[in-house]
Amino acid sequence: MASSTLPKQGDERMVQAGLLKRLLTRPELGALGGAILVWLIFAVLAGNRGFLTLQGTASYLEVSSYLGILAAAIALLMIGGEFDLSIGSMIGAAGATIAVLGSVFGVPLWLAALVALAVALLVGFINGTLVIRTKLPSFIITLGSLFILRGLTIALTRIFTGRTQIGSLDQLPGYDVLRLFFGGLISVGGANFSISIIWWIAITALATWVLMRTRFGNWIFSAGGNADAARNVGVPVDRVKITLFMATATAAWLVAAIQLTVVKSADTLRGTQQEFIAIIAAVIGGNLLTGGYGSAVGAALGALIFGMVRQGIVYAGIDADWFQVFLGFMLIVAVLVNNFIRDRAEKARH
Amino acid sequence: MTTTPLLEVRNISKYFGNVIALNDVSMTVNASEVMCLLGDNGAVKSTLIKILSGVHKPSQGEYLVEGKLVDFNSPRDALDHGIATVYQDLAMIPLMSIARNFFLGSEPTKGWGPFRRFDIKFASQTARSEMAKMGIEIRDPSQPVGTLSGGERQSVAIARAVYFGAKVLILDEPTAALGVKQAGVVLRYVAQARARGLGVIFITHNPHHAYAVGDRFTILKRGRTFGTFTKDELSREEMVRMMSGADELDALSHELSEFARRDAATSKLDEQLAESLEQAEELFETDASREG
Repeated sequence: MASSTLPKQGDERMVQAGLLKRLLTRPELGALGGAILVWLIFAVLAGNRGFLTLQGTASYLEVSSYLGILAAAIALLMIGGEFDLSIGSMIGAAGATIAVLGSVFGVPLWLAALVALAVALLVGFINGTLVIRTKLPSFIITLGSLFILRGLTIALTRIFTGRTQIGSLDQLPGYDVLRLFFGGLISVGGANFSISIIWWIAITALATWVLMRTRFGNWIFSAGGNADAARNVGVPVDRVKITLFMATATAAWLVAAIQLTVVKSADTLRGTQQEFIAIIAAVIGGNLLTGGYGSAVGAALGALIFGMVRQGIVYAGIDADWFQVFLGFMLIVAVLVNNFIRDRAEKARH
Repeated sequence: MTTTPLLEVRNISKYFGNVIALNDVSMTVNASEVMCLLGDNGAVKSTLIKILSGVHKPSQGEYLVEGKLVDFNSPRDALDHGIATVYQDLAMIPLMSIARNFFLGSEPTKGWGPFRRFDIKFASQTARSEMAKMGIEIRDPSQPVGTLSGGERQSVAIARAVYFGAKVLILDEPTAALGVKQAGVVLRYVAQARARGLGVIFITHNPHHAYAVGDRFTILKRGRTFGTFTKDELSREEMVRMMSGADELDALSHELSEFARRDAATSKLDEQLAESLEQAEELFETDASREG
């Protein structure tokens, strides 16, 4: 941290205590411990069945990456004090937009992807503006848009194609461009790592940089920490929140584009429940439900835990039905740990 | 006074629908002066503060900063004119660090284009040195503001306002939620700010805090100014009496004794009534026995 470069002065005992305290107040701490624990558990349970191999690693990192892209954007929005439950539906909507434009209207897929991005930005803008204008909780507004978006996606796709799934997208013009950006594989030591992992890391890094090192990041913290106090010192809180809604919708678009490219098809039901899993990942990563506190790295660790458990269960030969049970428990434990850490950070020193 | 006041309001009124919140209020604040705003209920004071800090516009009246008419559309406007307001609860964001709070809304940046970034190092050093000027040693500017005591939090807000070139500092009940010692910390910074040439509007309901640092006292009553007094014109006892609502208490006790007198009169009436009823009953009974 920057403070370590400052000239040390005063009581050196305080510096030591401060270091320990600062470590304990980091939002990622719980998630880091959790990730190590989960990895150790599956290293023991499934270490000899492929979990520890490079290909095993590549497989859980790919699962983590889809969620991690969403979780990074959701983390920023949650720190800014809002929710977005519509991102799961946005994944389906973006995928269907690309596929319908490509297969029915003959638009090159790369151009269709750009149009879908514009649609996503518009949806995010509308979500954000509605939340600001109506002063309703974003939980309600985006719960509404969750159903509106999903319904529109299914209805419109059926009108244009008569189906709810569109396949063979790799036969369409412009698919090569998509594969270049979203569908590549990187070979490391004989194992194939999905390019989505690069996107995940890049977006987490970008989100962290914005949060920690830009004015906008400071505004995000303040918008979620105390919007009125932030407005009083001139922070454009409304603009910050609308921008964050546009960011979550964009993250959903990116995941849609990647999945569409990898599986070469679009499904109007794709992304169902992803909004909840992304919020769980962000919460496991130390992002407070009440806003004002959290980190993108934490959300990435939350997504990593999710990916390791989902694939680890398969490697360990445990019935995959147990995954949801684990996820629910993990959420509750994470919130308890978060509250403890937040209390430490907030506690006044009298 | 020959010098132009830093801040002046003339015959300011504010209506919310049919409700008259402020009626014809005038006051001035000069440089190197602590003006205490006293009395009346919270709503009237907070309405006046909100007008001064640019949250509300006055329905009538003039608002002048350094002799020039102003018309604020937002708190940002007021800030740009050097009018900084420190709110009791809304001053700080507890989960954010001291340095981040200090520069919130006016973050220093370095670099250019997409690489323009928040200069955390500068922010930390400046927050630390500005607090040191106020006499508070911060060990770690990256510690959350929530870990500071209430008085220190107010002091960060005051130091921030001073650093960003505030000429007039409006302090809304800065000592209200504090213990004696912490309130003392804040009062010291109020005096410090005055020593640095600022005009301070100090809102409080504690006459002892007001008398300790105040130079002049404006007293509000029922949405009007009751007058502005200098320290010489107003003894501490008079002020305590005015602020604690001693006049109202006198009126109340008068009213209560009136009730008591009326009660006594009523009970006498009751007795008479009961007596006459008894007599009537006796008469009735004797009549009945005579007939029977």
